[in-house]
Amino acid sequence: MSTPAKATRQSFGERLAELGATHPEIVVLDADLSKSTKSELFAKKFPDRFFEMGIAEANMIGTAAGLAFTGKIPFLCSFGCFLTGRYDTIRLSVAYAQANVRLVGTHAGVGIGDDGHSQMGLEDISLMRALPTMGVFQPADDVETKALMDFLVKTWKGPAYIRLTRQNLPEVTLKGQVFRPLKIHRVDSTDISSFSAAGKMRVACFASGATVTESLQAQKLLAGSEIEMQVYNVHSLKPFDEESLSKIANHVGTDGLLVSVEDHSVIGGLASCISESISKRGNQPRLLALGIQDQFGESGEPIELYDKFGISAKAIAGQIKENVST
Amino acid sequence: MSLQTINIELRQSIIEMLTEAKSGHPGGSLSSVEILSVLWFEVMRGVDNPKNLPENRDRFILSKGHGVPTLYAILAKKGFIDPSELMTLRKTGSRLQGHPDRMRLPIVEASTGSLGQGMSVAQGMALGLKMDHASKSPSEIPRVYCLIGDGESQEGQIWECALSAPKFKLSNLCVVLDANNGQIDGFVSDVMPLEPLMDKFKSFGWETFEIDGHDLDQVRGAFDKAKKFSESGGEKPQMIIARTVKGKGVSFMEHKIEWHGVVPKPDQCKAAVDEIKMGITKGGIK
Repeated sequence: MSTPAKATRQSFGERLAELGATHPEIVVLDADLSKSTKSELFAKKFPDRFFEMGIAEANMIGTAAGLAFTGKIPFLCSFGCFLTGRYDTIRLSVAYAQANVRLVGTHAGVGIGDDGHSQMGLEDISLMRALPTMGVFQPADDVETKALMDFLVKTWKGPAYIRLTRQNLPEVTLKGQVFRPLKIHRVDSTDISSFSAAGKMRVACFASGATVTESLQAQKLLAGSEIEMQVYNVHSLKPFDEESLSKIANHVGTDGLLVSVEDHSVIGGLASCISESISKRGNQPRLLALGIQDQFGESGEPIELYDKFGISAKAIAGQIKENVST
Repeated sequence: MSLQTINIELRQSIIEMLTEAKSGHPGGSLSSVEILSVLWFEVMRGVDNPKNLPENRDRFILSKGHGVPTLYAILAKKGFIDPSELMTLRKTGSRLQGHPDRMRLPIVEASTGSLGQGMSVAQGMALGLKMDHASKSPSEIPRVYCLIGDGESQEGQIWECALSAPKFKLSNLCVVLDANNGQIDGFVSDVMPLEPLMDKFKSFGWETFEIDGHDLDQVRGAFDKAKKFSESGGEKPQMIIARTVKGKGVSFMEHKIEWHGVVPKPDQCKAAVDEIKMGITKGGIK
């Protein structure tokens, strides 16, 4: 935790400006939020490749598709909820047309705090995941955001959605950990072996983005209890790493518990990724789905909102304990 | 073959493929025949050899995607698709989807059909091509053409793009508005009036032209003036308001809202084709 905490939108903006120097095909569009999405870092460096589209997201999305059809890699940026608000344009002009566009949705979840529900991306993962071939990604810290950006520029082909936070997040990437694109990473230990302690309740906790750090703290709160908990970071919601999930679920066993923690609706988000996958097979552990439970967001202090919506470290630990004991 | 004769054959193809498909949009397909035939047979550069499409070709995006039978008929005539394929329109597995799909048929350039979107995609292409050819003279920069409908222009996204294209000085973007005054629920002027269209686009910063969209000389003249405007250093995108007749060329379809999204039955198809063909002996539509 020695590295200072940083918002993933900031890491995105920094990496984008770096990649701009080596990748002339990168162009960036924003809809009057470049100071918030941090695309301004690119705009300052490459003004000729930055397009300020004004407060008109649908037109920005279509324009990005057209730019992609001339061989560019457009990054189009806004708050996640404003992008999904123009879903039909994303659906047809980008996804169906297979435009090589990177949709960057910042201000993920109730974690943005004060601004309240209208600015919170809470259904963006569900909506984007439903579009055929759309990649859906959510990094958890600075290191992972930058690695993901490299992957999205150098390797990924086709439409992709990247979900980023407004609030600062501490580093969760372990020292020496290698970023494996599209794979689930264990973040509480470099040891990927099975559960060690005998007689303890096995819990595998899956988190994505801002909830990874909360889950790691929840693990600390549960240390010494009857629960042995592992924490996994899911940066790729789609494609979803079913292979790793399957292995982890086997280690957990049917007596154990899977937990998903997300600052997003549990309908269509990480919880759905996991349940869609494990429901294909028999004899699987149960899933405790923590996240926004078919509710609207609201204004408040991020920390208080994480408590209220059940995704703070304390709330996660409490709900796991409760679930295990019943 | 003269363009008049080509247009007669295009209209015949449109009616026949829609009859075979048993669904589709004849009214707005027939209204755009002259606009699109002048564009594809006389105006656009680099689209004559389907096996060799140069990167610097001009592009066309059909934003009013439901009018795609006209484009398919043209593509068949130009050798991009086999004429027999036209009869697969809207059938399972066909490249000829009910609305344009660039993944199945790349020459359609963009996937459209949800109205209001293609014009923004055309804008993005124009921006990208301008970047790619920044060192060239205006006459060498590929141009992007886009056809929108008047009913379509009720979509907010059209006006978002109407604002932005002049900001980016997209002189290589030329949009044609097929003003046939018809949409599913009635006349455009009743459903949601748009006039004065010329004033609106002019005030948004477009170089505007108003023509009879069935008069070949006027259509040619407008495309020519728009191009010359751009080549002589004009920095505005161009908007051609083409006054057209919905169902043009088939007397029982003309000006009839009912024919927006209803196709002829076999006997009606025969009557329509006979009438269209008679146009050949009369010298065709003006």
